[in-house]
Amino acid sequence: MSPLSLLILGDGRFPSGGHAHSGGAETAIAAGRVHDAATLRDFCQGRLHTTGLVAAALAAGAATGYDPLSLDEAADARTPSPALRRVARRLGRQLMRAVRVTWPGPELDDLAAARPGGAHQPVVLGVAARMAALTPYDAAQAAAYDSVCGPVTAAIRLLGLDPFQATAVTAGLCGDMEHVASQAAGHAARLPAEGVDALPATSAPLLEITAEQHATWPVRLFAS
Amino acid sequence: MHLHHTDPVRAEIIPPAAARSGGRPRPLRVGLGGPVGSGKTATVAALCRRLRDTVSIAVVTNDIYTREDAEALLRQAVLAPERITAVETGACPHTAIRDDISANLEAVEDLQERLDPLDLVLIESGGDNLTATFSKGLVDHQIFVIDTAGGDDIPRKGGPGVTAADLLVINKTDLAPHVGADLDAMRRDAEAARGPLPTVLTSVKDDHGVDPIADWISRRLAEHTAVRS
Repeated sequence: MSPLSLLILGDGRFPSGGHAHSGGAETAIAAGRVHDAATLRDFCQGRLHTTGLVAAALAAGAATGYDPLSLDEAADARTPSPALRRVARRLGRQLMRAVRVTWPGPELDDLAAARPGGAHQPVVLGVAARMAALTPYDAAQAAAYDSVCGPVTAAIRLLGLDPFQATAVTAGLCGDMEHVASQAAGHAARLPAEGVDALPATSAPLLEITAEQHATWPVRLFAS
Repeated sequence: MHLHHTDPVRAEIIPPAAARSGGRPRPLRVGLGGPVGSGKTATVAALCRRLRDTVSIAVVTNDIYTREDAEALLRQAVLAPERITAVETGACPHTAIRDDISANLEAVEDLQERLDPLDLVLIESGGDNLTATFSKGLVDHQIFVIDTAGGDDIPRKGGPGVTAADLLVINKTDLAPHVGADLDAMRRDAEAARGPLPTVLTSVKDDHGVDPIADWISRRLAEHTAVRS
């Protein structure tokens, strides 16, 4: 593996549509639950250990070469909110477009053909990691990082938060992200024996509820 | 209104033909950028009215925080609703048209799939600043729209939109006397900044005000078809 490939895949500037999504931060900020660096950290930590863990396990699973269509169904089952399922598929489709150019490979082509409307983003991320010769743990790290850096970037724009403080929030969660990634890789390793039931199903009900509310807002800065 | 310069043939910048499943070339994509309030939506609306009887058109809007532009076009009924799509840009309109074009490409591809045949997709950027330009991965040509009321020093200030857009539109010439804008200076500065690239001074809300822009697009459409056939 090349650590540089992981940096490229995880870079917030990787052109896969994520910049227009806040990961639930826009509603949390509007409700006053996130208003400074400390509350942003709490929000990101909660997201990371719930939906972030699920995303990381899906990505790690896809990076092992496990059937991405089964993982895609497992992602649906672990995403109660229809709005979040739509977002995950849309982001998956956008990521697919970018990774088919950056790390082309038959497995990406097959998944794109089987899911023309987009597979769940973490599944595409895992297959892309595989095409980039990264490990399942790498893929899980990329997904864990993604689950944190989306809300952090959104908070910088929405709250005018000091960008240094905001980046310190991300850095302060490194230990959490590594822990989640290693848990996720452990789940993924059990896929051959246990099937998709080996995957975690930790959820964040408030993120699901507010995602549904956000989808109905007439005025908003982020798509989700 | 004045159309300056003969149009350079810029076939060399048109990317290789991307034939679709049926062998049809993909539609021509034209981006419209420019500062807030310069008349991008009014230009798109006027272009649709002027071209829709002869050309199959769709529009993608990039609003900053609402669906206002898309809704304005729907209200004016310039196109059937299924021909208008709004993209959300996460507080960064220039990112969505240049650095990360994913959402816009997706919208364009959905329209292509849904509306076959489609000849022309107009992509309107969210109102931004003078540095906002479109990626060549998203559009074949770009039009930059500024207006006399935004200050007659904008052509002199330049920036990539003014200097490099395939067509510069200086809109709202009718307002020039009321805001003290010197049209001759704007024209002269634009010519100095743009070299051989064309500039149009017009007021798109006037009768036939959009004609020079529509004619320019018609010529790009003709080239597009010729290159691909």
